Amino acid sequence: MNTPPLDTHTGAIALDDGDVPAIRFDRVEKRFGDHVVLHDLDFTVRRGDRVTLIGPSGSGKTTILRLVMTLEEANAGYVYIDGKPLTHFPRDGKRVELKEKHKNEMRKRIGMVFQQFNLFPNMTVIENIIEAPVHVLGMSKQDALVRGRALLEKVGLPDKENAHPTQLSGGQQQRVAIARALAMEPEILLLDEVTSALDPEVVGEVLNILRDVARETDVTMLIVTHEMQFARDVSNRVLMFDSGRIVEEGSPEDIFRNPQEQRTRDFLSAVL
Amino acid sequence: MNDDNSFWSWEHASAVLPDLLLKFFTVTLVVTIIGSIIAAILGLVIALGRRSAPRPFSAAITLVMNFIRMTPLVVQLLFAYYVFNTVPPLVLGTVIIGIHYATYMAEVYRAGIDAVPPGQWEATTALSMSPARTWTAVIIPQALRSTLPALANYVISMFKDTPFLMVITVTEMVREAQLYGGKNFRYVEAIILAGLIYLIASYLSSLLARRLEKKLEYTTA
Amino acid sequence: MIENFEALWRALPYLIDGVIITLELTAGGALLAIVVAIGLGLLARFDNIIPRGFARIIIELFRGTSLLVQLFFFFFVLPLPPFDLELPPLVTGILALGLNYGAYGAEVVRGSINSVPAGQWEATTALSLSRTQRMWRVIFPQAWALMLPSLNNLLIQLLKGTAVVYLITIVDFTAELNRLRVQTDVYFAYGLGLLVYFGIAYLLTLGMNALETRAKHRLGQGGKWRDTITTTPIPDAKGAGQFG
Repeated sequence: MNTPPLDTHTGAIALDDGDVPAIRFDRVEKRFGDHVVLHDLDFTVRRGDRVTLIGPSGSGKTTILRLVMTLEEANAGYVYIDGKPLTHFPRDGKRVELKEKHKNEMRKRIGMVFQQFNLFPNMTVIENIIEAPVHVLGMSKQDALVRGRALLEKVGLPDKENAHPTQLSGGQQQRVAIARALAMEPEILLLDEVTSALDPEVVGEVLNILRDVARETDVTMLIVTHEMQFARDVSNRVLMFDSGRIVEEGSPEDIFRNPQEQRTRDFLSAVL
Repeated sequence: MNDDNSFWSWEHASAVLPDLLLKFFTVTLVVTIIGSIIAAILGLVIALGRRSAPRPFSAAITLVMNFIRMTPLVVQLLFAYYVFNTVPPLVLGTVIIGIHYATYMAEVYRAGIDAVPPGQWEATTALSMSPARTWTAVIIPQALRSTLPALANYVISMFKDTPFLMVITVTEMVREAQLYGGKNFRYVEAIILAGLIYLIASYLSSLLARRLEKKLEYTTA
Repeated sequence: MIENFEALWRALPYLIDGVIITLELTAGGALLAIVVAIGLGLLARFDNIIPRGFARIIIELFRGTSLLVQLFFFFFVLPLPPFDLELPPLVTGILALGLNYGAYGAEVVRGSINSVPAGQWEATTALSLSRTQRMWRVIFPQAWALMLPSLNNLLIQLLKGTAVVYLITIVDFTAELNRLRVQTDVYFAYGLGLLVYFGIAYLLTLGMNALETRAKHRLGQGGKWRDTITTTPIPDAKGAGQFG
C-alpha cells in the first residue's frame, strides 16, 4: 500500500480527487413513518477523510451513520461504498435491491463504535474482540488472539483480556469496543457519539485512543460527536446538518472560526 | 368414612406412604421430567417459528398456541385419550402436558429474546456476523439468562399439574391416595401425606430455582 | 354430522347447565381468590412476624401442594372430625380454587406493591400520609395496574382448573362434555368444548385487558383502548412460578 500524502495542517490524510470516493450518498431520502429525516441528500467522503458531522439532535447525523452501516436502509436514492452500491442500485430506471450476499461483503469493510458500547456480556473481553475476525474473516484463532492482544495493548487494557464487560467501567468498555471494531481492519470506521454516555473524566482517555487511531492508520472516519475540540483535532472536514440537510461544510478552521451560515453560528454559539 | 375415631392413624400412614412414594418417583417425577423436556424444546421451536415465519404462518402459529394455552388441560387430555386410544395413557398424558406447557414456554422464550437489548443486534450487524452465529453466540445465551428462571418455575408448575393425568386413568400419586382412601375408608393420612410430599418437593425445587436465578445474574462493576 | 347437531340440540339444556356451573365456579373462585390474594399479599408485607408468618404459611401451603390435593382434602377430609364440615361440592370446589389461586395471587399482589417505585413511598412520607392513606390512595392504585396482567393469567388458569372438579361429583361443563361424547363423537364433543372454553377465556381476557387499560388511564399512562382486543394474556416472563 502506498503511503498517501500527509496533510500536515490537520494531521489527516487526504487523497487526491482522482480516487473513487469511500462513501457517496446519491439523492438519499430516509423516512421513519411520516417523519422525513434525510431529504435528497448528496455528499461524498473521500478515502482517508476524517469527516465530522455536527448539528442539533434529530438533524439526521446518526441516521447517516446507520445507513452506511446498513442498520437502516434508504427509502430512495443510493449509497455507494468505494464506488459500489451498498444495498440498492439503479437499473433501467428502477431501484433494485441487492442480494444479502452482496450486502454482507460490503458490510465487512465497515466498522462502527456505538454510544452504548454494545459489548457482548456473555463473552470475555478477548472473546468479544476475536469473535468477528475468526467467524467472519475466517482468521485462525491463534492469529486473531495475537492481533486482539496487540489491539488491547494499544487501547491500554492489556490485563483485562479475560474480564467480562460488566466488570469494566464505561470508559474501559468503550475502549474495548474500539479494539473490537478495529480487529476487523475496516476501511471505514463510524463513530456514533462514542463519548456521550461516558463520565466526563473518562471521555479524554477514549478520545486519545481515537486520536492515535487517526494518526497511525489511514482508515476513513465518519464521526458524530459533540466534542468540538476532538473534531478540530482529528477532522479534515466538518459538515453542519440541520433537519436532514447540509447547511454548511468546510475545514474545521473554516467552520469553527468563521462560520458563514446563521444556523451554523447559532448552533456553535449554543454548544461552544 | 374413618373406621375408628382418631383423626390420624400412624398405622394407615405407614401403610400408604410407600405406595405414594413409589407413584411419586415412577409417575409424577417421570412425567414432569420428560414433559418438561418436550415443553422446553417444542416451546423454543414455536418461539423461533413465530419469529421467522412469514406473517400469515406466524399469526396461525400464535393462534393455535393461544388456543392450547387458554383451554383446559383436562379437556385436551380427554380428547387425546379417546382419539389415540392405542397409546398408553402415561405416554399420551406426558406428551399432552408437554405440548400444553410448550405454549407457556414459547411465550417465555419470546419475552427473553425481546429483552435482549437492540444494541446487541446492531453490534452483530456492525461486525458482519452471520445469523447463525448471531443467534448462537450472542442472542440465545443472553436470552436464556432471563428465561431460565421462568422456565424453572413452569417446570415446578407442571409438576403440580401431573395429578390431572388421573382423568385419563393414569395412577399417579394423588390418585393413589384417593384409591387407598376409597379401599380402606381412610382418606386423612393418604391425602395429607400426598400433600406433604408435594410440599417438600416443591420447597426443595423452588430453593434450587432461586439458587439458579442468583447464579445467572450478571455481576456488575 | 347432522346426527351430531341433533344430539347437540337435545343436550343443549344440560350443556348450558354445565356452562353455568363452570361460570359459577370461576366467578366464585375468582372472587374468593382476589380477597385472599389482597389479604394475604398485604399481610405478608407486615414487619411483625405474626401476621407475616401466618400469611407466608398459608401461601406456601397452597402454592406448594397441588390443586387436586386441596380439592380432595376439602372433599374427603373436611367432613371428618375434628372439622366436621360437610360442604356442598360446589362450595368445596370454589373453596379449593379460591384458596389455591388466591395464594398465587398473593405473591403477585406482594410483588406488584414492591414494584411501585421507591420514590412514591418517599413522597407519601414527605407528605405525612398515614399508612392506610398511603396504601389506599397512592400505592395500591399503582400496584393494581402492574398486577393486572399476572392476575389475568391466573384467572385463565382458574377457569382451566374448574375442569377437574367433576372428580368430586360436580357436574360442570366438562362433565357434560363427557356425556356429549357418548352421544356424538370425540371430535365433535371435545372440539366444541374447547371452543366454548376458549370463548370464555377470551372474554375474560378482554375484560381484564379493559380493566388494565382503565387502570393505566387513571394513572395517566395512556394505553390505547384498541389494545384491549388484540392482546392475549402474556405470562410474566420472570414470575411464572409465582402464579403457576
